Amino acid sequence: MEEQGSRLKVLKAGDVTIVELTDRKILDEMSISQISEALSGIIAESDGVRLVLDFTSVDHMSSSALSMLITLNKRARQSNGRLVLCNISPPIYEAFTITRLNEVFKTCADRSEAVAEASS
Amino acid sequence: MIDKSIPTDLTAARHLTEEVLSLAVAAGYSEDDRFAIRLSLEEALINAIKHGNNFDRARKVRVSADVRAEQTTITVCDEGAGFNPAAVPDPTADENLEKPSGRGIMLMRAYMDEVSYNDRGNEVRMAKRRCTGLPHLAGHN
Repeated sequence: MEEQGSRLKVLKAGDVTIVELTDRKILDEMSISQISEALSGIIAESDGVRLVLDFTSVDHMSSSALSMLITLNKRARQSNGRLVLCNISPPIYEAFTITRLNEVFKTCADRSEAVAEASS
Repeated sequence: MIDKSIPTDLTAARHLTEEVLSLAVAAGYSEDDRFAIRLSLEEALINAIKHGNNFDRARKVRVSADVRAEQTTITVCDEGAGFNPAAVPDPTADENLEKPSGRGIMLMRAYMDEVSYNDRGNEVRMAKRRCTGLPHLAGHN
């Protein structure tokens, strides 16, 4: 397991990269920009990245964090990759629903389902 | 009751949010209500710091928070020129779905019971009545 600063844990499952977001709150510009930079680096490493973002530890997210995810999703798609989100808590998923982002992102209930989806 | 000016600074905003949330805990608000208050206050403060005061540390953000047993009322005022909230494009319109901005106000409106702006558009007033669940989902269960 590789630690990227204190905000992410990166693991591999076959050709899928799993990133655990370790912050409980992803709210302010500084933490969002650090997470964005680290994830952009993973996406840029190779074409066709299979990336799972695991939100198990995340209790709160701001609209700026949603914006970051939209940008990362586009980058992943542009490089023929796939971004799958999992373990999103019900209150945060509600924010996805309100903003219709549940239609933009592929989301899964748990990590194993997300890994299967990302590698399909 | 909190009524203070904070610097145009994200750390100060975070501390103020924690202060308001601790009042909500003491007043017995549920986790769902506290989630709504935190999210909306964070969005309002980030808007004030980023878009209102343009990260200008010479400017202040005035915040009042009245946490009562039945309702929490929060006002956030910046020193910017203000904006017209009605002119913000609907982020849920098909053509805007993948645009990475414009969701903060929508989330505030969804999670709080009342959200209104002054005429200049540099002050937002939000109210959350103590309850469970999201106001916008009432009647959809």
